[in-house]
Amino acid sequence: MNSYQRRRWTQAAMFAVCALCAAAALAGLFTILGYIAWHGLSSINWGFLTRLPKPVGETGGGIANAIVGSAKIVGLAALMGAPIGVLGGLYLAEFGSNRTGFIIRYAADVLNGMPSIVMGIFAYTLLVVPLKRFSALSGSVALALIMIPVVLRNTEEFVRLVPHSIREAALALGVPQWKVVLRVVLPTAAPGILTGALLATSRIAGETAPLIFTAFGNHFWDNGLLNPMASLPHTIYTYAISPYKDWHAQAWAAALLLMLFVLAVNVSARLLFRPAGGAR
Amino acid sequence: MPEVPHLAGPRQRTGDLVFRRALLSVALFVVAVVLLLAWSLADGSRLTWKSLGPAFLWSKEWDPVQENFGALPFIYGTLVSSALALLVAVPLGVGCAIFLTELAPRRVADACTFLVELLAAVPSVILGLMGIFLLVPTVRSVEPALARWLGWSPLFRGEPYGVGMLTAGLILTLMVLPYITVITREVLLAVPQPLKEAMLALGATRWETVVGVSLPFARAGILGGIFLALGRALGETMAVTMVIGNTPKISASLLAPGYSMAAVIANELAEAASDEHLSALISVGLVLFGVTIAVNGIARLLIYRVRKA
Repeated sequence: MNSYQRRRWTQAAMFAVCALCAAAALAGLFTILGYIAWHGLSSINWGFLTRLPKPVGETGGGIANAIVGSAKIVGLAALMGAPIGVLGGLYLAEFGSNRTGFIIRYAADVLNGMPSIVMGIFAYTLLVVPLKRFSALSGSVALALIMIPVVLRNTEEFVRLVPHSIREAALALGVPQWKVVLRVVLPTAAPGILTGALLATSRIAGETAPLIFTAFGNHFWDNGLLNPMASLPHTIYTYAISPYKDWHAQAWAAALLLMLFVLAVNVSARLLFRPAGGAR
Repeated sequence: MPEVPHLAGPRQRTGDLVFRRALLSVALFVVAVVLLLAWSLADGSRLTWKSLGPAFLWSKEWDPVQENFGALPFIYGTLVSSALALLVAVPLGVGCAIFLTELAPRRVADACTFLVELLAAVPSVILGLMGIFLLVPTVRSVEPALARWLGWSPLFRGEPYGVGMLTAGLILTLMVLPYITVITREVLLAVPQPLKEAMLALGATRWETVVGVSLPFARAGILGGIFLALGRALGETMAVTMVIGNTPKISASLLAPGYSMAAVIANELAEAASDEHLSALISVGLVLFGVTIAVNGIARLLIYRVRKA
């Protein structure tokens, strides 16, 4: 075998290894999806979605309170986090090419890399300790803080993509700058901003760590935002580490539900709102 | 955007100014959160630093009942499990990225990238669930063989519990793989085509071009991706908590159960028995805060350098 052939063989072998790496990564994903579907489907049913948890030993309990609780906690977090993120991102894109912008961008990156459990401690010392109770509100605040930097940087990216000629056309017509930003720039960038906000919402919907010592969890219907509230990821966690077979099955079913939500948001975000130009 | 000269009179100018100030105050909220977060962690952990000082970081005993608080087992567990994850995920992710940029047709590559990104979207509690019911039994059944063949090294000794450093490292691998793959792909795509063509024109194979041109060119960016992944791995809570074994002990063996910084906070904060206990847990949070800022700072610096180039 001459040297050229040997080099060709090396190439083939190494590329095969690379393909195997990719196959392994995808196998990981499909194993997860398949395993959850397999275990989840066998224990999901109408009663599971509409009933409250039963005490240990009684079969047939549901997780209706966790579904509603998750919707409330995450909804409130998105209501708090998304506007702040969008407006902050708007500032960075339109006026942020100065020192202040640099500092804000840096702070957002620090928050973005912060482990979610640290944000949980923050919400704990900020709300749980002074109020002397676990509350859904403190959970929402923790999730909102996780969401803000993601939405902010995403909004900035998409607002920056709006061509300058559009701004200049509006300004040339005598439109004040604030109106240009709100009525021309923002609507142009809206699909991208919305997609980002949706993806961020799906991300916080799966967050568990900051909820353990803020929203805490609850086996019954909640008593409003200032009291402990059940949530899907927290239910999955507590059921998974419990010693009961029945609860394990319910954890799988809850995981299937959560996974379906995350999948639906991610896939539809890609299909529906992907802006022309393929910007990431 | 450059300052717009005002042509339409002072009222319009006021509107712009108010608008700009309003947006600024919202954006500054983020800065305020970071400062408040740092302050609240520092304030919450004051009790520990006052009574134990920096020795908190290297004492090995953690016993809330006896009020012994040492963070070393958690720091050790976090570092070892993250290092283990990177050890597996870096070659895997870089290989994956090379496949996506050099081998796969554009449409296949796009679809695969989306799927890899989807892997990053899987909630960590679900990965933990998989860990408990699929990975732990698998590892447990493999461990006796590992101990038999590799037992000469202290890394693979001990009882086959299933839970432990090895399992935590494997779960973390799955979590950080998408970050490494996506960022490596991005920087590989940014390698200038003429450089690669020059190498090919000299008679190199495509693989030699990857090794000789693309990877060296993308080195800083890949390193940035690795640091970003490290930041994620260090702070990852749920999946690790569910499989690492939650035992505050330092053992050389990867098969032995351990503990991590994030896991101890998740397990004990809600039921911290005393002010000292709470303060010690918040101190662990403060360490995590400092370490992630440093690691992410390095990551951003490296990636930023590539993007600018």
